[in-house]
Amino acid sequence: MLITDARIIKQEEILPGFHRLTLAAGEVAAKARPGQFLHVHCAADRLDPFLRRPISIHAVDRQRGEVALFYRVVGRGTALLAAKEKGDQLNILGPLGRGFTMPPGKGKVAVVAGGIGIAPLYFLLQELGANKISADVFLGAATGQQLFFGSEITGLGHNVFPATDDGTAGYQGNVVSLFARGPSDFVYGCGPAAMLQSLCRVIEKHKIRGEISLEERMGCGVGACLSCACKTRGQEGNCRYSRVCVEGPVFPSGEVVWS
Amino acid sequence: MTPAAGGMVNETKLKLAVHIGGITMKNPVATASGTFGFGAEYAPYIDLNQLGALVVKGITLQPRAGNAPPRLVETTAGILNAIGLQNPGVEEFVDKLLPGLAGYDLPVIVNIAGDTVQDYGRLAARLGQEKGVAGLEVNISCPNVKKGGLQFGSGPDMAAEVTRAVKSATDKPVIVKLSPNVTSIVAVAEKVAGAGADALSMINTLLGMAIDIKTRLPILGNVVGGLSGPAVRPVAVRAVWQVYQAVGLPIIGMGGIVTAADAIEFILAGAGAVAIGAANFVNPRATMDVLAGIKQYMIENGVQDINELIGAAHS
Ligand SMILES: Cc1cc2nc3c(=O)[nH]c(=O)nc-3n(C[C@H](O)[C@H](O)[C@H](O)COP(=O)(O)OP(=O)(O)OC[C@H]3O[C@@H](n4cnc5c(N)ncnc54)[C@H](O)[C@@H]3O)c2cc1C
Ligand SMILES: Cc1cc2nc3c(=O)[nH]c(=O)nc-3n(C[C@H](O)[C@H](O)[C@H](O)COP(=O)(O)O)c2cc1C
Ligand code: FES
Repeated sequence: MLITDARIIKQEEILPGFHRLTLAAGEVAAKARPGQFLHVHCAADRLDPFLRRPISIHAVDRQRGEVALFYRVVGRGTALLAAKEKGDQLNILGPLGRGFTMPPGKGKVAVVAGGIGIAPLYFLLQELGANKISADVFLGAATGQQLFFGSEITGLGHNVFPATDDGTAGYQGNVVSLFARGPSDFVYGCGPAAMLQSLCRVIEKHKIRGEISLEERMGCGVGACLSCACKTRGQEGNCRYSRVCVEGPVFPSGEVVWS
Repeated sequence: MTPAAGGMVNETKLKLAVHIGGITMKNPVATASGTFGFGAEYAPYIDLNQLGALVVKGITLQPRAGNAPPRLVETTAGILNAIGLQNPGVEEFVDKLLPGLAGYDLPVIVNIAGDTVQDYGRLAARLGQEKGVAGLEVNISCPNVKKGGLQFGSGPDMAAEVTRAVKSATDKPVIVKLSPNVTSIVAVAEKVAGAGADALSMINTLLGMAIDIKTRLPILGNVVGGLSGPAVRPVAVRAVWQVYQAVGLPIIGMGGIVTAADAIEFILAGAGAVAIGAANFVNPRATMDVLAGIKQYMIENGVQDINELIGAAHS
């Protein structure tokens, strides 16, 4: 948990509106676990936009002391982030949050990513690969062009199964329905809320286990303000609001209560 | 008082301590309730012992689940929040959270909120027994709970009644936190002072709302929320100025403080201490940066004792 002024090593526009940003941040790289995020100050020299923006840690190179983010430009904060250039400083807070855990036992592992949801899952796939665990990776996107990092993921030792809404690549349709055809023993998911909700239904139906990464609007990012509430179910079945920034962003799939 | 022309100041002997209604703070920088959790959340980033005071999240008699999300929206240079006083309730606070603060050398001020006048009295009686509590901040002004908060803050007579209930239930210093969502904050302050408050704090958030033009629906789960951050600062400075002029009680000023310059503005308007709120979210070290900047200002302007600055803008 550090506040760092990290130097931007690379800012790549992979596709219009989709950027990968690489930072020199050795300490963060050493500490980061898959599923954790950075709270990024997109405009440190001004008061508007005021808040930091939570962005997942996308990839880590511990040897080089580098951390990468993969983000989509959707508003003012991410637009300011995209305008930053190589050599600029970026103020980051983190690594923050509770990440993914390694799969229990030797069962079959799947990873289900919807759109930009691949961002944190890529770091997980790096770690799984390093631990010689091969996963079936279900990559979902609106269109074929937006199926990111397929060959890199194969290179990490995983099997990629693409799905697109428009059928321009792979299976035509929803990535969760592709996954549901042959579910695994343990599944990791990240993507839009509706996709995660249907993934949780599949997990429950097949009595398997999984972990999903959630998003919620954040203030502090450190558990102090209670802005990032998400309804969860405790062991005794009682519901409460958990903080996505510290109790999450990764939750066991069975804990999340969908509205 | 006219600004000193950088007179001789003994830098090692700057006098930073302030007195807020019976609470001695080693410096004038506190945390604003609800923006700093219970302290532990920020312990990795700052040495809590360096704070003038720690004001914890609002506590109620019973645990509160809080409002449905979304609970926060960013607005122009500010944020709207509708947390809904999520908290573990006074008993769990006393059992589990308060002991963790015993090791720190700083006054812990507990922010309290209730649905009824009796609730406030009971909270004060319960917390009054705790050695680790330096004082109470009475939230009569939270806009985010339907039954409690605002209805007390908006009426001067009700605010006075709550103040009396708290004062008669405890010997601890009582700070009453005022709402800006009133016709006359001075009228409320005067009544609260008359009812025995030891100090005042201001401002709580301004009632506001935001609508998503795509979905055409309110963004916050609670529909309305409280505005804070830099956008509200002039409103807060005005409130401190007016109340300082009308009422003799010490004031903790807050609302949009980000930098030391912002904090000094409040002190000049009449605040004996300041609290940092939403700025903590952006800069977890905001309290420490503000404190360092206040010291710097004192050195540069020949101010040996911070108390010389309190209300100095009222010539
Ligand atoms: C733990 C976590 C990890 C994330 N990881 C990534 C990632 O790796 N890549 C990526 O592209 N996006 C990620 N997001 C979403 C990202 O935070 C938002 O897209 C971003 O905050 C939008 O900011 P903006 O100023 O561009 O948009 P605006 O719409 O202008 O944002 C206005 C406000 O709404 C909040 N907001 C808007 N959309 C979201 C959202 N979906 N989730 C949370 N807050 C939102 C912003 O933080 C800001 O406070 C993540 C979100 C969370 C909570
Ligand atoms: C997320 C959040 C939660 C808050 N919770 C409380 C609370 O529990 N009790 C209270 O009296 N004020 C609460 N406040 C109000 C602050 O203490 C403060 O009065 C206000 O935010 C103005 O200061 P700022 O502009 O520096 O944030 C809260 C504010 C925020 C932003
Ligand atoms: S963002 Fe403040 S508690 Fe999670």
